[in-house]
Amino acid sequence: FSGHADLLGGPYSYSDRLLIKGGRIVNDDQSFHADIYMEDGLIKQIGDNLIVPGGVKTIEANGKMVIPGGIDIHTHFQMPYRGTTTVDDFAQGSKAALAGGTTMIVDHVMPEPGASLIEAHDQWRQWADEKACCDYSLHVDITHWNDSVKQEVDNLIKEKGVNSFQVYMAYKDYYQMSNSELYEVFTFLAERGGIAQVHAENGEIIAEEQARMLQMGITGPEGHVLSRPEELEAEAVFRAITIASQTNCPLYVTRVMSKSAADIISQARKKGNVVFGEPITASLGTDGTHYWSKNWAKAASFVTSPPLSPDPTTPDYLNTLLSSGDLSVTGSAHCTFSVAQKAIGKDDFTQIPEGVNGVEERMALIWDKAVTTGKMDENMFVAVTSTNAAKILNLYPRKGRIAVGSDADLVIWDTDAIRTITAKTHNSAAEYNIFEGVELRGAPLVVICQGKIVLEDGNLHATSGVGRFIPCSPFPDFAYKRIKARKQLAVLRAVPRGMYDGPVSEFSMSRGGTPSASARTSPTKQPVRNLHQSGFSLAGPPTPDDIPIRPAGRRIVVPPGGRSNITSLS
Amino acid sequence: MSGYQGKKNIPRITSDRLLIKGAKIVNDDQSFCADIYMEDGVIKQIGENLIVPGGVKTIDAHGRMLMPGGIDVHTRFQMPDRGMTAADDFYQGTKAALAGGTTMIIDHVLPEPGTSLMSAFEQWREWADSKSCCDYSLHIDITEWHKGIQEEMETLVKDHGVNSFLVYLAYKDIFQLTDAQVYEVFSVIRDLGAIAQVHAENGDIVAEEQRRMLEQGITGPEGHVLSRPEEVEAEAVNRSVTVANQTNCPLYVTKVMSKSAADVIAQARKKGTVVYGEPITASLGTDGSHYWSKNWAKAAAYVTSPPLSPDPTTPDYLNSLLSCGDLQVTGSAHCPFNTAQRAVGKDDFSLIPEGVNGTEERMSIIWDKCVVTGKMDENQFVAVTSTNAAKIFNLYPRKGRIAVGSDADLVLWDPDVTKIISAKSHQSTVEYNIFEGTEVRGGPLVVISQGKIVLEDGNLHVTEGSGRYVVRKPFPDYVYKRIKARSRLAELRGVPRGLYDGPVCEVSVTPKTMTPASSAKTSPAKQPGQPIRNLHQSGFSLSGAQIDDNVPRRNTQRIVAPPGGRANITSLG
Repeated sequence: FSGHADLLGGPYSYSDRLLIKGGRIVNDDQSFHADIYMEDGLIKQIGDNLIVPGGVKTIEANGKMVIPGGIDIHTHFQMPYRGTTTVDDFAQGSKAALAGGTTMIVDHVMPEPGASLIEAHDQWRQWADEKACCDYSLHVDITHWNDSVKQEVDNLIKEKGVNSFQVYMAYKDYYQMSNSELYEVFTFLAERGGIAQVHAENGEIIAEEQARMLQMGITGPEGHVLSRPEELEAEAVFRAITIASQTNCPLYVTRVMSKSAADIISQARKKGNVVFGEPITASLGTDGTHYWSKNWAKAASFVTSPPLSPDPTTPDYLNTLLSSGDLSVTGSAHCTFSVAQKAIGKDDFTQIPEGVNGVEERMALIWDKAVTTGKMDENMFVAVTSTNAAKILNLYPRKGRIAVGSDADLVIWDTDAIRTITAKTHNSAAEYNIFEGVELRGAPLVVICQGKIVLEDGNLHATSGVGRFIPCSPFPDFAYKRIKARKQLAVLRAVPRGMYDGPVSEFSMSRGGTPSASARTSPTKQPVRNLHQSGFSLAGPPTPDDIPIRPAGRRIVVPPGGRSNITSLS
Repeated sequence: MSGYQGKKNIPRITSDRLLIKGAKIVNDDQSFCADIYMEDGVIKQIGENLIVPGGVKTIDAHGRMLMPGGIDVHTRFQMPDRGMTAADDFYQGTKAALAGGTTMIIDHVLPEPGTSLMSAFEQWREWADSKSCCDYSLHIDITEWHKGIQEEMETLVKDHGVNSFLVYLAYKDIFQLTDAQVYEVFSVIRDLGAIAQVHAENGDIVAEEQRRMLEQGITGPEGHVLSRPEEVEAEAVNRSVTVANQTNCPLYVTKVMSKSAADVIAQARKKGTVVYGEPITASLGTDGSHYWSKNWAKAAAYVTSPPLSPDPTTPDYLNSLLSCGDLQVTGSAHCPFNTAQRAVGKDDFSLIPEGVNGTEERMSIIWDKCVVTGKMDENQFVAVTSTNAAKIFNLYPRKGRIAVGSDADLVLWDPDVTKIISAKSHQSTVEYNIFEGTEVRGGPLVVISQGKIVLEDGNLHVTEGSGRYVVRKPFPDYVYKRIKARSRLAELRGVPRGLYDGPVCEVSVTPKTMTPASSAKTSPAKQPGQPIRNLHQSGFSLSGAQIDDNVPRRNTQRIVAPPGGRANITSLG
């Protein structure tokens, strides 16, 4: 890392130039001591004895760690909900993010079912451009599926810089998609180079369980977790993985909340599936025992889906899997409602708006739970809080790495700072903090966003509206190198056979007995074929070379040549 | 279980009395040497130096193994499919079963969606009563779901001796049920004390894959297996295990065809789920490589669902799991069609009628693959071919055990005989045998059904219509002891809380209305038309919320103990 010299010149103000001296740079692959010089929001030089313009503001890091700013890959700022809006808008939310050492957020665009994805996306862009204090990108949630949605997804990928789309397996009759729809969405995303994100819970069973709970008179927040047992999360993860594997589409499971869901992901990874798991601050830092709190407002503040697991050993387990690489990235799913908003569901837990805080606490919490305990080292910490997210979203190495040419989003991390989380001091507008009273070791000392100091000496200087939209391009290498290689292997061939000219039974297309029963054919088939008119010939079926390489999720099952020539033995 | 007097054995003739001398009696728990005397189709005495009437026909076993006759838990004889009928009817099918050492079959009643379960059940009874050569019982398949079906299930369990129902996760738009329906069916089954069987494949994905195959011009039998990869089977097994756990309902997975499906079952059992897996003769004895046969008719003969796995190591793997107890019972899913019938799908694999043979070969294949190879001993062999089935379906110890009072369904087994399976010599009427050319060691020497010799010296003497319908009671102990214990634990309580009297946000009742079509984001399970609650009028009180005194009828949930220590933390905001 030798610095170049021609950095003078240019009409930039001094505040855009910044030098960090004596820091220990921590990337996901290594740590080393060097100075960093930034200008115009970019890292310009890394090395020792850098030649920099005079009068540059210099921060003395004194050997402290300098890490890439965190990327919170899952937020719901300013999310509309039944005519109200979450209490943290893009200004409040991104401010909280910066306060915690996160310099980029990726928010979810949530179009109402039936509404245009593009319009919703533009709306979110407008909100975020006005208010965000840090750079941001957007995921778009697909809440219904038809040809025009497909067109819009295509458009979002090609024109709008979106490469990740979330589908819901829960919220029956609302956002939930059928398996067939998931198959189609995944197939399409695999073709276009998108990442399929999934909210994994079995909505059908949840609906049944919710009805059962209410019937039994359980109306409080404990009903939320009782009606969404972790098995339903694990089941949906399993199903999503199966469909992703069939369609050869990279899968990203948002909000991994339970041990069993995490286990399914790690098993699938061992079998070779391209799947990423995202535990969130809440699942890494607290558990679902609070749903039984006698304080309704407190219990309700933990309501999120999938719910926090009542098993108190869950956070430790998830931190372990995060450390071992079985889970890949962390978000916060920050989506805060006030007590008054949560109280919409005071008589019926199914009406409680869902979401917890976590954008501010994420980095410190992971440091405390995973690094101070020796589960992971500081490099892995960078990987799970920043680098992996950047790679999945195809933002690497612009984001997620300290390197010449990368964005100047940096954090000087104080490994020894100790703080107690409380709603009294947090930056969120919510009255409750689900980590209330938790003492954490590790905190950002200085936060630099777009080359500007936004946190120093405990003072936050965030500027609303400076956040830029960062477009994500399709086919991120991190996910798609493998997908592409598999696609090339996945050519299917029909077996060339002679014409079958034996007798053919008469049969009825509709199953006997009921007039209403549909024909037992491939449900997707065209009208009845005349089976006596054989359309089968040796020349007829397309030769394998003509077969387009489809979004084929399939490994070739090699036709066992030795056996395929056995002829009739009867 | 003493002296069941069946309808067929009223006349006392000498041939109803039978003595087997010098046999090594093999049950699932032990083997021992003894003589055995039966009369009227029931085992009357076991021991040495038995005192028996004079002139009784005596078979000298010469120390050979005598075991309970096999129970084939899964057959589909005479099954209707689009106006065709499976090639082996109850006569042909049970004859084949007896020839292989199986003395009882349990067939599946497949009601067309839209027809009543009762009428289908009676139809199958009629077919079987007139033709069956061995005792039989019936599973009922649930091919659609509504209130009427639930009532019929109750009648079938209470009055007609049915204790098992199969649901389909595959065959989209025909037999397939949704997850919510499966949940409801399982809840009903648990309340009735029956066994939930499941055909586990994800029908939605299968439908998509079928279309993709046909689009690519893959129309032959290889398309069948390509469109039904084993992951799709494993996924459905996992999903049904989840639903069964939620509903605390015992689960039975029919036709375990792949390693991954078997693994899911084995894992679920380790986690405590009450789940049973049924590999079939085909999955234990052959593999799916034959779908690529250049001979269309041969390839089509292997078409069954879930398909045979193209992975040639699958049979060995499944035999291992069967031996260690992770899989428990074996059936044949015997449902062969002849070539002309298969040819209905000659231009489109998705039209090929599904089903393979296996009822005759089942016992010998398992002996050859598992006992000869040392994977299991003869007792475990009895367990997986007979005893476990009898226990699960509440036929034990009448069936599945050699004991005084049990039915005289016995097989004298010759572990050394070898035989080459061939369509030329099999009992089934179809032209192909999927085990063609396989040499198996071990076979029945003498088969006794209802106390009568039906196979001796290689000659089969079966009587059409002699098979009795065997009634099965609900709540089999083998399955339900655990389920009942769990039900007792599963009480749920709400948390008694003070009245929430803080501010409540005003909301629009329906979410942002962009589409008139979108339904409200409420609990979807809530009764339609339930009036909107006035959220300002609190219905919450300490006295009103004590729900634990009204007995929850469906109590399937484990208690998640409210952690008392933390529950009293009050507002810190």
